[in-house]
Amino acid sequence: MTEAPLLEVSALVKTYRLRGAGPFARKSSRPALAGVSFSMEQGRSFGIVGESGSGKSTLARIALALDRPDEGAVRLQGRSLFDMPRRELRAARAHMQMVFQDPYGSLDPRQRVDRIVAEPLAALGGATGAERRARVQASLEAVGLKASDASKHPHEFSGGQRQRIAIARALITRPRLVVADEPVSALDVSVQAQTLNLMSDLEREAGVTFLLISHDLAVVAHICATTAVMFRGRIVELGATDALFANPAHPYTRELIDATPRLDRPTRVQPLTPSNSVSETAEGCPYAPRCAFVRPRCLKEAPLLEAKGDESRKVACWYPLG
Amino acid sequence: MTLPARFRPRGELNLWLGAALVAALIAAAALSLVWTPYPPTAIDIPHKLAPPSAAHWFGTDALGRDVASQILAGSRISILVGVIAVGIGLAFGILLGLVAAFSKGLVEDGIMKFSDLVFAFPALLLAIMLTSTFGPGVVNAIVAIGVYNVPIIAKLTRATANGVLSREYALAARAAGRGPIAIAVDHVLPNIAPALIVQATIQFAIAILAEAALSYLGLGAQPPETSWGKMLADAQNVLYNAPGLALYPGIAIALSVLGLNLLGDGLRDALDPKLKARS
Amino acid sequence: MLLEVAGLAVDLPAPGAMQRVVDRISFSLDEGESLGVVGESGSGKTMTALALMALTPEGARVSGSIRFEGRELIGLEDEAMRQLRGDRIAMIFQEPMTALNPLHRVGAQVAEPLMLHRGLDRRDARERAVDLLERVRLADPERAARSYPFELSGGERQRAMIAMAIGCGPRLIIADEPTTALDVTVQARILALIDGLKSESKMAVILVSHDLAVIAGHCDRVIVMYAGVIMESGPVETVLREPRNPYTLALLEARPQAGAPRGARLKTIPGAPPTQREDRSGCPFAGRCALTVPICRTAPPPEVAFGLNHVSRCHRAAEVGAAR
Repeated sequence: MTEAPLLEVSALVKTYRLRGAGPFARKSSRPALAGVSFSMEQGRSFGIVGESGSGKSTLARIALALDRPDEGAVRLQGRSLFDMPRRELRAARAHMQMVFQDPYGSLDPRQRVDRIVAEPLAALGGATGAERRARVQASLEAVGLKASDASKHPHEFSGGQRQRIAIARALITRPRLVVADEPVSALDVSVQAQTLNLMSDLEREAGVTFLLISHDLAVVAHICATTAVMFRGRIVELGATDALFANPAHPYTRELIDATPRLDRPTRVQPLTPSNSVSETAEGCPYAPRCAFVRPRCLKEAPLLEAKGDESRKVACWYPLG
Repeated sequence: MTLPARFRPRGELNLWLGAALVAALIAAAALSLVWTPYPPTAIDIPHKLAPPSAAHWFGTDALGRDVASQILAGSRISILVGVIAVGIGLAFGILLGLVAAFSKGLVEDGIMKFSDLVFAFPALLLAIMLTSTFGPGVVNAIVAIGVYNVPIIAKLTRATANGVLSREYALAARAAGRGPIAIAVDHVLPNIAPALIVQATIQFAIAILAEAALSYLGLGAQPPETSWGKMLADAQNVLYNAPGLALYPGIAIALSVLGLNLLGDGLRDALDPKLKARS
Repeated sequence: MLLEVAGLAVDLPAPGAMQRVVDRISFSLDEGESLGVVGESGSGKTMTALALMALTPEGARVSGSIRFEGRELIGLEDEAMRQLRGDRIAMIFQEPMTALNPLHRVGAQVAEPLMLHRGLDRRDARERAVDLLERVRLADPERAARSYPFELSGGERQRAMIAMAIGCGPRLIIADEPTTALDVTVQARILALIDGLKSESKMAVILVSHDLAVIAGHCDRVIVMYAGVIMESGPVETVLREPRNPYTLALLEARPQAGAPRGARLKTIPGAPPTQREDRSGCPFAGRCALTVPICRTAPPPEVAFGLNHVSRCHRAAEVGAAR
C-alpha cells in the first residue's frame, strides 16, 4: 500500500494541569492521553470506544488540531498537522471536519442555518454568493433536509434535525475525514437510527470516512470496520470490529461488553474489587485495580499495545483472554 | 415547532413603562434644543422663588430662573453624560474584555486584576479625583464616569465571552478553521449583545446619578450651564424658603433612573428567552 | 395494590390553550414490583413520574386518580404531600450533579430527609447517613459524607442520591433516567444496586428510561408511552419478545442489532412525534405507523388483551404479532 493512511496518530501524550489542586484533588496527576497511536485507512471507518476519563474526546480534538499534544504527531494524508504553517493548516481543515455530541450546543442559536452550514467555506475564503448558496443547498439535501430550511434558525428544529444540520456543515467542504464525537447519544432511538442510516449512506456515496467516538458499542459496531478501545488515556485493544466484540482479548473490553444492556440476556456486572486491595501503581497497568484477572506482573509493568497472534488484533495486556 | 412567547406578561410591563419614561427623557432633551418656556439662564430677580403658576409651571429659583426650562435643559446634560460615558465604557470595555477572553492566561489575569483595581475605588471618589486634577466641568465629569464604566463592561464582556467560547458552536467554528477575530465578530458579539445592552442601560442610569452627584459637589456643570445635580445644589441653599425647588430635579432624576432600570429589565426578559429558545 | 393510577392526565400551560402531555393513563403497581416506563422524548414519561410526586411545574393541571397505599394523592394538601415525599415515596433524578445541592456536603444532604421525616437530631441523622452511604456501596463512606458533590464521581453522586432516597425506607422509588448520564459499567452497577435494594426491602420501583434494554434487564413489567398515551403494557419478557403494538415493534427494530451486517439499514419511523396534538381523536401514532388504516385517524384505538395482563392499544394489534 503506497498510499498514505488517511489519518495517522503517533504516540500522543497530553496532560492537563489542574489549576490549584487542593487536598481533595484525586485525579491531578493522570494524563488525558498517555501514548496513543493508530492509523486509519480511507474507506474504513474507525471507532473509538471508551468511558469518561478514557481521553477519547481529547483525542478527537487533537486529531483535528484543535488542541496541541504535549508529545506525538498527527498526520493527515501523510502531512503532519502540527508542523504546518497556519495557512496550510487552515487549508487542510477542508479535509477534516467534526460533528459534535450536543445538537443544541453545536449550532450558534443566533445564526441562520445557511450561515451555519457555510461556515467552513467562510474559513477557506473560497465560494461566495451563488456558488455558496448552491453548495449549502446541496449539503442540506444530502442530509435529507430541504433547501427552504436554510433560512430558519436552529431553535425551529428538533434534536435529530439539528444533528443533520451539523452533519451538513461538516460535509460542505467535501472532507475525506469526519470526526464524530458521540453524534447520536443525545438523540431518541428512532432518530438515532435515521442518523446512523445517513452516516452509512454518506460513507458509501460521498466517500466520507468516519472517526466515530462513542460509549455505545452497538453504534460503533454499526458503522466502523475497525475499533479501538480506550481506557485512561491508552488504547487497550484494537482490531476488526466484529471479531473484537465477538472475542474480546482485553478484560476491559470484556467488562464493557458484559455491562452493555442487551435484550437477549441479563447484564453481567463485574464484582467491585475492594478499593484498598489493589491500588494503582505508576508503572503498572492502569486497569489493574479493576481487573478480575490481575496478576503480579500487571502491577509492575504496564503492557504495551502489541499484536498477539492474529496480526490484525492488538492488545495491551500480559494475559489476554481467549 | 412552537416558538416561545416573546414577552412574558411581567417583562412586557417593564419594557413598555421603561421605554415610555426613557422616551420622555429623550423627548425633553430634543425639545429643549429648540424651545423652552424661558431661556433657562435668564435671570429675573423680581420674580425669584415664585410658586408654580400659569406663567412658571414649576415656579422660579433663587435667581428667578424658570425651573421648568432648567429641567428641560438639564435633561440634555443627563443624556449627553449617559451616552458618552456609557459609550466610553462600551468601546474600551468590550475591547479589553474580548482580549482577556481570547488570550487567557496571564493576559486575561492581568486585565482582570487591573479592572478590579479601578473597580475597587469608590466611583465617586475616582470621579472627584479626576475632576479635581483636570478641572471641573461637564466634559471631565463625563470622562471620569466613563472611565469607571470600563472595568464593569470589561468584566461582563469577559465572563459572557468565556461562556460563549465554551459552547460547542465556538469549537465548531474553530474546527471549521475560523480565526479568533472572525469568531469574536460572528459568534461572540451577537451572543453577548443582550447582556451588554442590559448592562448599558443600567450604566446609563448610574451615569446620570453620578453626574448629579458631581454637579451637586460643584465638580460637574459649571455656571451658566444647568444640570439637575446643580439644581439640587442650588436648591439646598433655599431649602426652608422653597422646599419644592429640590423636588423637581430630584423627581426628574428618579424618573429617568427608574425608566432606564425598567427598560433594562424589560430588555433582559425580551431578549434572553429568544436566545435560550429550544424546540 | 401499593399504587393505582387511573385516568391520569397532565395538562401544561402553553401559548394559547393547555397542552395535554399525559393523556388519561392507567396502571398499577404492587409492593416489591418494578415497572418500567419507556418512551422517547415527548412521550410524557417524565411528566408521569413528576405527577406521581406532585412535582409538576407551575401551572400544570393534574387530573384523574393516583391512589397510593389506598390514599388519593391528586388534590392532597401540600403539607400532606410534603410529608409523603422523601418518606413513603422517593425520587431519583437523571443528573445527580444538579439534583444535589453543590453548596452542601453530601452527608448533610443525605441526613436531611431523616431529620425532616424521622425527627432525628443532627448527630443521629449524620450517623445514619454514613450507614446509608455504606449501604449503597460507596467506598469510604465517611469521606464521602464529608465531601461536596463536585468532589465525587458521577457514579458516586448517583449512589449518594440513592442513599438520600432510601433513607426513610420508602415503599416506592421513582427513578427518572437514573443512569443515562453515567458510563455503561457504572450504569450496570447502579442498576444492580437498585435491584438489590429492591429485593432487600420489598420496595416498589418505577424506572423511567428511553433504553429498552435497561428496562428489559431490571423490570418486571413495562408500559410503553407515546405522545402521552400508553401504547402497550405487560410483563417485560412478553412485551419485548412478542410486541403487539406497532410502536413497540418500531422501537425494537430501530436499534442496531448485534450480528447484523455493517451498514445495514436500520428501520426508522418516518415523520416526527407530534409536538402538540390538537385533535385527540384517533391514535397518536397514526400516519407514522406502517399499519395505518383510515380508522386509526378517527377512532381512538381500543385496548386489546393478550393474556397475562398484556394489553396493546391498537386497532390492528392482532396483526402485529402475525407480521413478525
